[in-house]
Amino acid sequence: MSQLFYDAAPNATRVSPEREADRHYPEKSEAVTLFGTCVVDLFFPEAGLDAIRLLEREGVRVHFPQEQSCCGQPAWTSGYRDEAKAVARKQLDILDRSGLPVVVPSGSCAGMFRHHYPALFADEPDTLKRVEALAERTFELTEFLLKVCKVQLADRGAPSRIALHTSCSARREMNTHLHARELLQQLEGVERVDHDHESECCGFGGTFSVRMPEVSGAMVKDKTRSLMDSGAVEMVTADGGCLMNINGSLEKQKQNFRGRHLASFLWERINGASAGEVA
Amino acid sequence: MSARGNILGKLRDSLAGTTPRPDEFDERLVTKPWRYAPGDRIARLRSLMEAVHTEVHQCRSDNWPELVAELLNKRNLTNLLCAPAKEHGRALQAYFEATEQRVELLAYDQPVEAWKEELFWNVEASLTGTLGGIAATGTLVLWPDRHEPRLMSLVPPVHIALLKASEIHDNLYDMMVSQDWAAGLPTNVLLVSGPSKTADIEQVLAYGAHGPRELIVLVLEDA
Amino acid sequence: MSQRIPVTELTPDFRGRAEEALADGQLRENFRVAMDSLMTKRANAFPDADEREGLRELGNRIKAGALSRLPDLLEQLEQKLTENGIKVHWAETIEEANNLVHDIIEARKGSQVVKGKSMVSEEMEMNDYLAERGIECLESDMGEYIVQLDNEKPSHIIMPAIHKNARQVSKLFHDKLGEPETEDVNQLIQIGRRTLRRKFMEADVGVSGVNFAVAETGTLLLVENEGNGRMSTTAPPVHIAVTGIEKVVPNLRDVVPLVSLLTRSALGQPITTYVNLISGPRKPDELDGPEEVHLVLLDNGRTGAFADAQMRQTLNCIRCGACMNHCPVYTRVGGHTYGEVYPGPIGKIITPHMAGLDKVPDHPSASSLCGACGEVCPVKIPIPELLQRLRQENVKDPEQPQQVKGGGAKYSRTERWIWRGWQMLNTRPALYRSFLWAATRFRALAPKKAGPWTENHSAPVPARRSLHDLAARHLDQNGGRPS
Ligand code: SF4
Repeated sequence: MSQLFYDAAPNATRVSPEREADRHYPEKSEAVTLFGTCVVDLFFPEAGLDAIRLLEREGVRVHFPQEQSCCGQPAWTSGYRDEAKAVARKQLDILDRSGLPVVVPSGSCAGMFRHHYPALFADEPDTLKRVEALAERTFELTEFLLKVCKVQLADRGAPSRIALHTSCSARREMNTHLHARELLQQLEGVERVDHDHESECCGFGGTFSVRMPEVSGAMVKDKTRSLMDSGAVEMVTADGGCLMNINGSLEKQKQNFRGRHLASFLWERINGASAGEVA
Repeated sequence: MSARGNILGKLRDSLAGTTPRPDEFDERLVTKPWRYAPGDRIARLRSLMEAVHTEVHQCRSDNWPELVAELLNKRNLTNLLCAPAKEHGRALQAYFEATEQRVELLAYDQPVEAWKEELFWNVEASLTGTLGGIAATGTLVLWPDRHEPRLMSLVPPVHIALLKASEIHDNLYDMMVSQDWAAGLPTNVLLVSGPSKTADIEQVLAYGAHGPRELIVLVLEDA
Repeated sequence: MSQRIPVTELTPDFRGRAEEALADGQLRENFRVAMDSLMTKRANAFPDADEREGLRELGNRIKAGALSRLPDLLEQLEQKLTENGIKVHWAETIEEANNLVHDIIEARKGSQVVKGKSMVSEEMEMNDYLAERGIECLESDMGEYIVQLDNEKPSHIIMPAIHKNARQVSKLFHDKLGEPETEDVNQLIQIGRRTLRRKFMEADVGVSGVNFAVAETGTLLLVENEGNGRMSTTAPPVHIAVTGIEKVVPNLRDVVPLVSLLTRSALGQPITTYVNLISGPRKPDELDGPEEVHLVLLDNGRTGAFADAQMRQTLNCIRCGACMNHCPVYTRVGGHTYGEVYPGPIGKIITPHMAGLDKVPDHPSASSLCGACGEVCPVKIPIPELLQRLRQENVKDPEQPQQVKGGGAKYSRTERWIWRGWQMLNTRPALYRSFLWAATRFRALAPKKAGPWTENHSAPVPARRSLHDLAARHLDQNGGRPS
């Protein structure tokens, strides 16, 4: 299948990109930049802080550029390309200043850097080079911990049973849906249970949840139902958007069941209970 | 301007300055996963066809008419459409005459218009040959002709097909290429992989939708 | 939902129809069960991921190769079909196509048409067109027959009556055909068989679709399980096939992987019961088969999709339906909510070129972009990417020239300004940080109602301190060094 073919005409008939080979991971770097993401920034900051702690525990120095804001995804998925591009350009400039690997505690924002920035800047060859370099050095948190840091987690928590929700971006864009599982497997006291229709979307989809609240609401109801029916005592996820969606729905339904960001969960497990309460 | 001219013109405009993509067909992808040891072909075909309600019998190339009589009698069928002009039709006829079978043998020897009503409502079973079989998908290949026309394998509720064991191919690609189908196809080629069925109501499988309710395959091994 | 809604008269109200569908528990249950089963069947039909991915890539290359020389291939197809005795017709619009079909039927003084499953004929609304001219056009695929009998449209491109259960079909057969009620699916199918058998016999003309048209040999290939396709194309004296211009493939061997991808993705079957290759009308020495075979090649917006290299990929589609089977939105709202011939993800990307984006302005947004469709599409159409593109076309200034028919339908000056504001907030760090500061300090004042969000969620309350604050403090304390 690898017959080389190149037709540079913009109106040339397109083929699907070659299948991605398994990602090649670099040696652990001495420092990284954490891109917090706007949802974590405002709604789950302790998860971002726990991500920093987990990275530091691996001997990695963490930079958090104060100029960062949002990756641009909301505008991009809403069809506002120019606005998305302006925001993307800003983040690119900020992240390029240090040129450090970028760790993101959310699959969809990492996917934005890796897969959608190249589409946004396809018409600017010079910027595209920088964008491709950024894509190359962007890692989802679980991926970075597992594959780059080769983290070893010693569980100090009480036995628990949890369900794992994997975001669609992690699953289908980042190919990181198995990484969180592997991390959880390292925790002796934690049993991960499957839930019904596990690979199905939770219904968030960014602005989809407000443009199509009826359909989105039906999806999140089904998702929360299967999570609660799984026998787990709580849910963990490595994606801020899904977490906001699922927890918001559970709260609206007046359920006690809740989800938590994986970073906070891991940090708590390896430190024993109540480790997360800082700030 | 004609519709044809407009359509082709628009397509050409859209492709201006581009080059056609090269042919990237990779035959390994449609052959390698679908290769079997010669001894396994029958078993593979059989299990796939049986999985979709086909009755498969293995018999010798000299005693199959006996089995046909038995199958028909077991079902209390009173007639069978076959092709007396073909070798297998002659063999069947000879056997049926010699053993004084009650089943009436019918021939498809006039244009369909002349006997449509009878073909559609009175013929109970048919027997045809096949061009071969395909192990990969559990499939019979039929090339209808003057003696075994297209409707013969479709309209009667029971279809009995003869398949020579030596003519079972591993996969469709091998068969098509080794016999050079691309050089010239008959007006109709049929790949048949079971009796007619549907799952259109509640996805519940029901056989005998519009074609045969029963497909019986006799795999003939050399005597 | 019992009236047929012609595509051209759609009310662009996806949300309203979705709400109704979501409230119909029976309907949701019917779809969930059916889609779950189709997903499982597909997964079982591809036990080897490498084999599957290799084949999908090949499918994509074959279709892209065909599109990259489409005009030449269509000419070759026409020439080969003509040599084989099949008459080729071209139609730019559905009106033209219907006219052509009508003329052929008229020339034979036909009054009864029996139809095998064909989504293109649905696109043409051929049944209605012919009925208005006194010609009965009867669907013969069991699902299509049921749907036609109930004056509905198919709710799925492969399983047209999937929204109905046996009880509903039983009632329908009772009311319309006077048959005794039964919920036994076998008996229901036998009712259909009996009724339609007479029609096959009596029909003057048979109509069918085409799954693949082979340019090399001048062959029309059809896949099916029931045998109605074979009946429609063999029993009546005239066969008219209708298809879109994108269905042509270069070589006969190309159908090997494509048929495998199609039947496995659609139904989880290694192959359908029948694969029917038609390369000509009855020859003088043959005893059955149609005396005339016609092929109508329809454009209906396809050249428009073709004009845009990104959108052109839409024409890879082999109509397997896997994208809708795997779509969490389709599963919940069902096919009729889309209000168009092609529902689900494929419908969202193909309908704008046919009807215009302004006829279906909500469709591109009716997706969480979860990517399940693109993941299963056997010819690797990047459906989420195309949806995103349509969202861009949707909000373009309608005064500007449009790249997609009916673009700009969702243009809103207000929304544009909101996003400009959002852009400003996210490109000016000082502004963004003041926003964080205010949102976290005045979190108690966060509104209890936040538009549609609070229909399904509790009101979002910002944290006490932003990550910007927490990170700064934390990194300050230990000098940014690993703890
Ligand atoms: S878009 Fe792909 S998955 Fe959907 S019907 Fe077409 S070929 Fe099948």
